[in-house]
Amino acid sequence: MIAIKSIDKPILIASGFIVVVLAIGSTINTSFISPTYLLQQLQVAAFLGIIASGMMLVILLGQIDLSLPWTVTTGAMMATAVARLGPWGEALAIPAGMLCGLAIGIVNGFGYAWLRIPSMIFTLGTNAVLQGLMVLYTGGFAPQTQATPLMQFIAVQKSVLGVPNALYIWIVVTVVLALMLRTTPFGRYVFAIGNRESAAYLSGVRTRSVIVGCFAVNGVTAALGGVMLTGYSTKAYQGMGDAYLLPAIAAIVLGGTSILGGKGQYIGTVIGVILIVLLQSMLSVMQMPEAGRQIIYGVVIVVMLLVYGRGAKVHS
Amino acid sequence: MKARDARLRLAQNTGPLLALGVFVAMFGLFLYEHPRQISVNVLTTASNKAVVLALVAMAQTVPVLTRGLDLSVGSVMTMATCISSVLVNGSPGHIAFGVVVVLLAGLAAGAVNGAIVVIGRIQPIIATLATGAVYFGIALLLRPSPGGDVSEGLSNALTYATFGIPTTFLLLVGVLVFLWLPFRRSIVGRGCYAAGSAEGAAYMSGVAVGRSKIVAYMFAGLLSALAGLLLSLVALSGEASAPQGGAYTLNSIAAVVVGGSSLFGGSGGMVGSVIGAFVLRTIGDLLFVFDAPPLWQPLFEGVILLGAVSLGASRVLRIKNRLELFT
Repeated sequence: MIAIKSIDKPILIASGFIVVVLAIGSTINTSFISPTYLLQQLQVAAFLGIIASGMMLVILLGQIDLSLPWTVTTGAMMATAVARLGPWGEALAIPAGMLCGLAIGIVNGFGYAWLRIPSMIFTLGTNAVLQGLMVLYTGGFAPQTQATPLMQFIAVQKSVLGVPNALYIWIVVTVVLALMLRTTPFGRYVFAIGNRESAAYLSGVRTRSVIVGCFAVNGVTAALGGVMLTGYSTKAYQGMGDAYLLPAIAAIVLGGTSILGGKGQYIGTVIGVILIVLLQSMLSVMQMPEAGRQIIYGVVIVVMLLVYGRGAKVHS
Repeated sequence: MKARDARLRLAQNTGPLLALGVFVAMFGLFLYEHPRQISVNVLTTASNKAVVLALVAMAQTVPVLTRGLDLSVGSVMTMATCISSVLVNGSPGHIAFGVVVVLLAGLAAGAVNGAIVVIGRIQPIIATLATGAVYFGIALLLRPSPGGDVSEGLSNALTYATFGIPTTFLLLVGVLVFLWLPFRRSIVGRGCYAAGSAEGAAYMSGVAVGRSKIVAYMFAGLLSALAGLLLSLVALSGEASAPQGGAYTLNSIAAVVVGGSSLFGGSGGMVGSVIGAFVLRTIGDLLFVFDAPPLWQPLFEGVILLGAVSLGASRVLRIKNRLELFT
């Protein structure tokens, strides 16, 4: 029971911070806590949430994926490219984009699991390669990269109960990944590898395949996020993923996942994402200039981690 | 005994030497293919372009040696550029004051990073990610839109050649000889290496691990600020550009790895990082003189970068025991 409590602490505190942000926001503008506004915020959070979900698996391994920005962009651009091929292309656009993400993730996983190049370095390189590929593909200017109606449907429209479809997709991704982490052997292996890979290997876990699997899931969710962002902004464009790498990492860590791997709960990432999005929206409601937003954003992350994210003292 | 010493030194410096070989080959090719006569001007331009990245890479090296990472180097550099575009102009006294303020700001930023990492015990990667946002916010506060005024006199003095050698290159060598070499031999400097290779053992042996780490981040802040100062002198203005800062941060990590330092701490050094930065900067120049189609350039650069960092960091080539792979 003590172990469970210590894991829950960051999530409880992060939830507390959400309440604080909501309270401050409502004093500035009462519509900040209206259901419409909150649903809108959750819709925005869904994009970050989906992108962060796969990244969390990679961070649980104790690794990191710096190629996230251009994986998002590549997934989006390839999906819109396939959509131009005709009615069949339009139908297959979203799976095609996710397939690209899968391929990128497998390459990243291979680089770490088999070549044993630190993931931070290898994904730094694949990010540059992806950027080069996309510049080459777009010819340096923006080609026809319109979102398909289906992409707009899943990203902007509402269907049941007036809840945005993006939120439903985020919920599905959340349930699938949370169940996978908690109940399947694969999920257990992820935590085992994050704690000590050599021990997992000696216990008979095929650690390399698990690692590639995590990176692959990350590629797929990043590309899915890219496709949905395309639907949200009606087109895919270069640099669309740039704004998501750091908030994703921050959300995961604020949710109590250790950046060293092996420790964390999926629900924490969901809380972290909501916290980050609400914080950003509160600062924009306050009409804070960009400079002030960056400073507060950074200070809040440091302060929160000082409250509950401190490491152990090294004594021997 | 002497021969064994030499062999040991050679084994310790394979990474930097390999990078040096690659750089000499690339730069030779660049000079050979260069359309114009090789002149001091060509060298000065090449040096000015490379030195800013080299300084940021040197900044990154020290935290990496302690098994940390500083993701705020690009932001500190941007902040320094913006401070410089506000303060480094006017009378000589005013300029000197501005330069001192820029460097002190870098030092202070580094001290904050170090304190959060050591006293706050937050993982460096996430701590510097957050403080980087703060420093970038300060940069934006000082310079909401690009511009400003940087002393042309100082710029002319530093971005041309002295005695036929690019001044920026001399500055780089000066930093290496007068800051890095004494630091590496000092107690604190050795403490950085010790903390990076085995923190617990270092602590038990009485090394002031915490102090070494804080100084490492301060060193990083100081050198990033110096890089920002030079950048403002080359551009003669300041700009709070997030993409530029981010690119410098990522390239600094790449340069450190290409230069043979281990991301797992405890081995490597600044000289290698400088060479690594030169290698990365020469890639673009090479593609230019070989008339690579502009559209293909980012892809070529990406592929070469991926190849270079992979070679620099691949452990598969070095391990003796299969189990070592997994630790």
